[in-house]
Amino acid sequence: MTGPHRPSRNNGVMDERRPLMELSGATVRFGAEAALDDVAFRVFPGEVHSLMGENGAGKSTLIKALTGALQLDRGRITLEGVAVRFRTPAEAQRAGVSTVYQEIDLLPNLTVAENICLGREPRRMGTIDWRSMRRRAQDVLAGLGLTIDPASVLAHHSLAVQQLVAIARAISVDVKVLVLDEPTSSLDVDEVAELFRVVRELKERGVAVVFISHFLDQVYEISDRITVLRGGRLIGEYLPGELLRIDLVEKMLGRSAAGIGARTRTSAADDPDASGPVYLSGRGVTATPGIADADVDLHEGEVLGVAGLLGSGRTELARALTGIDRLNGGILTVAGADGELRSPRRAISLGVVYSSENRRAEGIISDLSVQENITLALQAERGVLRRMPAKRQRELALSWIDALDIRPADPDRPAGTLSGGNQQKVLLARLLALSPRVLVLDEPTRGIDVGAKVEIQNLVAELADNGLSVMFISAELEEVLRVASRVAILRAGRVVETLPAEALTVDSLLALVAQAEDPDDEARP
Amino acid sequence: MKKLVRHRLFWPITALITLIVINTAARPQFISITVRDGELYGALIDILRNSAPLMLVALGMTIVIATRGIDLSVGAIMAVSGAVALTVIDTSGAPGSLGTVFVALVVALLVSLVLGSWNGLLVSVLGIQPIIATLVLMLAGRGVALLITGGFITTVTSAPYKFIATGYVVGLPFALFISAVAIAVIALVERRTALGMLTEAVGINPAASRLAGVRAKGIVFGAYATSGLLAGMAGVLYSSNIMAADANATGLYIELYAILAVVLGGTSLMGGTFTIAGTVVGVFTIQTLESTILFLGVPSAQAPVFFAIVVIVVVLVQSPRLHRLARRLLSRRSRDDDAGRPASQTKTPVEVAS
Amino acid sequence: MTADVRTAPAGPSIRERYDVFMSRHASLMPTFAAVAILLVLLISAQFAFGNFIAPRNLSALLLNNAYLVILAVGMTFVILTGGIDLSVGSVMAFTGILCAKLLADGIPAIVAVPAMLLSGAAIGLLIGVLVQYFDVQPFIASLAGLFLARGLAFVVSLSSIRVEDPAVLWLQRTRLTVGDWYLTPTGILALLVVAAGVYVAQWTRFGRTIYAIGGNEQSARLMGLPVARTKVLVYVICGLCSGLAGLVLTAYSGAGYPLNGVGTELDAIAAVVIGGTILTGGSGYVLGSLVGVLVYGVIKTIIAFQGAEPSWTRIIIGALLLLFIVVQRVIVARSERRR
Repeated sequence: MTGPHRPSRNNGVMDERRPLMELSGATVRFGAEAALDDVAFRVFPGEVHSLMGENGAGKSTLIKALTGALQLDRGRITLEGVAVRFRTPAEAQRAGVSTVYQEIDLLPNLTVAENICLGREPRRMGTIDWRSMRRRAQDVLAGLGLTIDPASVLAHHSLAVQQLVAIARAISVDVKVLVLDEPTSSLDVDEVAELFRVVRELKERGVAVVFISHFLDQVYEISDRITVLRGGRLIGEYLPGELLRIDLVEKMLGRSAAGIGARTRTSAADDPDASGPVYLSGRGVTATPGIADADVDLHEGEVLGVAGLLGSGRTELARALTGIDRLNGGILTVAGADGELRSPRRAISLGVVYSSENRRAEGIISDLSVQENITLALQAERGVLRRMPAKRQRELALSWIDALDIRPADPDRPAGTLSGGNQQKVLLARLLALSPRVLVLDEPTRGIDVGAKVEIQNLVAELADNGLSVMFISAELEEVLRVASRVAILRAGRVVETLPAEALTVDSLLALVAQAEDPDDEARP
Repeated sequence: MKKLVRHRLFWPITALITLIVINTAARPQFISITVRDGELYGALIDILRNSAPLMLVALGMTIVIATRGIDLSVGAIMAVSGAVALTVIDTSGAPGSLGTVFVALVVALLVSLVLGSWNGLLVSVLGIQPIIATLVLMLAGRGVALLITGGFITTVTSAPYKFIATGYVVGLPFALFISAVAIAVIALVERRTALGMLTEAVGINPAASRLAGVRAKGIVFGAYATSGLLAGMAGVLYSSNIMAADANATGLYIELYAILAVVLGGTSLMGGTFTIAGTVVGVFTIQTLESTILFLGVPSAQAPVFFAIVVIVVVLVQSPRLHRLARRLLSRRSRDDDAGRPASQTKTPVEVAS
Repeated sequence: MTADVRTAPAGPSIRERYDVFMSRHASLMPTFAAVAILLVLLISAQFAFGNFIAPRNLSALLLNNAYLVILAVGMTFVILTGGIDLSVGSVMAFTGILCAKLLADGIPAIVAVPAMLLSGAAIGLLIGVLVQYFDVQPFIASLAGLFLARGLAFVVSLSSIRVEDPAVLWLQRTRLTVGDWYLTPTGILALLVVAAGVYVAQWTRFGRTIYAIGGNEQSARLMGLPVARTKVLVYVICGLCSGLAGLVLTAYSGAGYPLNGVGTELDAIAAVVIGGTILTGGSGYVLGSLVGVLVYGVIKTIIAFQGAEPSWTRIIIGALLLLFIVVQRVIVARSERRR
């Protein structure tokens, strides 16, 4: 791969302006891992610069470093040409660098005016001057062309409006760089349009806007510049006019190192018709807001790969199919009978199990031992009174530790001390101990070293060969093609197509995943 | 040796032993046990007997805390239980008969179970914060107890009932047996069935437990019901000791003593892994501490001051901020040793001309 | 030249006015409910007893519950930040007996009273520091405070001490009469505390920070508000209020008594919650807590009029508290599901 790409032309004009804010050689380490590795990033005044990358690419780390929530281990930051070092977000705010986070960091129980002005509210002899505050808030809002009642309580408003209030707060003190972190995730089309109007207004004022989003359409619509991160590294800085969608997606997802080995296909992959009967199927599965009207069939003895970008509804679909989240619409059928999977417990009793993408929060119980983690679901199924004899628990734990090569092979070790890959294996052992019929794996190999990745992929293929039905979700397209016999392609909350893996290559899958919703967008270079 | 020190119970047991040693040094008769009419007497025996109500309440509190909850109503449930039992005996024709006492016990325990279940319902089904849910009973419970006793302090004369708190069996106080049975039953149920591990799972990571199919609601409900039942038995013990149902004084502030015992024993207030043995040690420690304070001539009404200090010290010691402060103080010394060592990275920081 | 044939636009409709009002003052609803309950109680009592809403009774209402009003104001601030203070009853008793002891020992009131107030504030400071700087949960920290104060009360004196000091007694004995209405200095003090509480809560940055902490402490910190200092100060204020309540109660009963205020913290919490303050913080009004105390007082008076057991008061308050908590929870659950 060539070094990071820097554009030298901007519509034919040389880049003579100085960046308003610049990060260079930025490195942040968490233990042995580098969340950011020698990254360069720059924002120009009056420009919208989008930061793109999948989960774990380093976007949030970069933003935190930029805004004082984190300290760089190496590298430097300059603002208007002067080297700066923000120790806290408050310092960064005072210097003119503000962030509007996805989880609106405002006060829902206070009024719009207070949210805009609090901390620097007008006072007369210690008493708050409410009228002045309301007027000041009104002015700020009007400046952005917004008509929000300053005296209304923030919680009364939709998330979209709350975000606009957050932006209003940021600009009520002179803001130079405004970071918008996934601002459009919960907005509808009109609200996005309103937000973009405000963003353009900010551009007019010379504010530099950093825009983080996984919605490609929006990124292309609003950005003047795009930076792509992957695995903590800078892939490049590009002009939207010079970057094809498919190239952008490829840069985001990347291609894993070559030569891992032959594809691990199940026998079903070679002959799609040889896969078994459908055990679990969904029709019109809808779980607002993530997934709408999805049709999925999970056959016994088959691995169904699920491919799609962040935000395409992969996890939502998985959770809707396994009783974790409630369905807003659609029907699930388990073994031919209408299945109401109201809870994980019910799903487990029907043989449907789910492995969460968030291992730490929803998977491993860190203070319990490996053995206890493995036997947990089985024990929960047996009920409180019928405790598994200690000897049997030990046997079970040891046999799974052996089968999955869990290291260190100590059943009494607290599960929280294991590496990511081994934690995932413990989680798999817990689920497999239930002898399930359907195994839904959400990003099972994320954050795991290459060797363990392959192990898990091989295991998945083996399980399918033994008659299990597996749904395998991954952001890595190559991995999906390696294990799956069919691939369901998700885009913007819908299952767009389901194709046999044989008919796909990484490139064609990439194209399908990256395809714009509006075919006109494809006309752009 | 290191493994011994690391063991969860090391510090609690050490504290208890230290306390006993100090007491013995101050008054050698502390550990002396005399036999009178085939019954054992002595300061240690007193501790074993008087700790019974607190032991029961603390056992229940341990399980509730393990589910990431708290039960502030145990004192009030004690009051209600005592009031119910004594009223049953008082209004019966034969206060001295074993049958009456038996009925009184059953009714009192049933009422306590219902009250505990009420708490469990509020927390597990309605999802109300444990502090708030149990606060309601804490407020209203003593009023209910007063109503039952008609606003008076009911007193009865009943030999079988009195036996519960003051009687002896094979030379040891009957109350001690009650304690022992409770400890044994709880320990067996928690460790011999899967209840202990499932409770810990729920307390450590409710989300992951749910995904693994654990029935969290039932476990949480059961914890509060158990706490109520144990508090009920403690109330019977207390009222048996004074042969009166004093709705205002029964179990006053016992919540804090119980929480302190649990914390002293090593169970974290954050929930998750818990230790019954630790709570037992904690209860004995508190009882010994109380005995020490009384011995020092401090009026019992003033004892809470000492316990407040103990609570503060214990929570401070457990506070993460203190650990951070300590670590910083200790590491500052070692960081100075690190100065001058080469950087671990080979790349030099890149400077970009603006 | 053409006339403007469009009719003038009608003013905002009732519906619109309602929407605007709700968008600005939705958090007043629980307090309105409390006022409604108070009115219902007063009216029913009037029907049942005939002369309930008499100036004499209503004046007595404030007189008898002045101490609780002051406690409730302090408690409101703590609960607004999402915390709780279980020590107020014991601190009230401690400061009361301390004052009585100091006066009995010949120390002038001008020294004794500030001393008692300071000691209340000191215990509040201890609790606040434990909560803010050592991450101790408020109920544990305040339970420790409860223990400390209760024990210290007995250290000061094992039995009650009469108060003879004229300055203190003046607080209670004096009556300012307007027709059949009367007011004591303790009542005025209580009302002043309420007024001060309202001012601080609605018109100072300190007050708005308190609401901010209750709304989202993390955000409040990010917005640069002095969260740490404020959190400690609310407990100091609550302790100060407990001290004031101790003064009022001591004047009221003419003596300091170490066993005062057992369970009073629960009465205060109930009054605050019934008055419309949400226990998880961020929403509520000081005036609402005044209403809550009045509800408590009216119930207590009704029970006394009925000749029923006084313990019914606590039970009914407990039931009301439960009702409010469950309704609060249901509303929260419904709004969560909608999101």
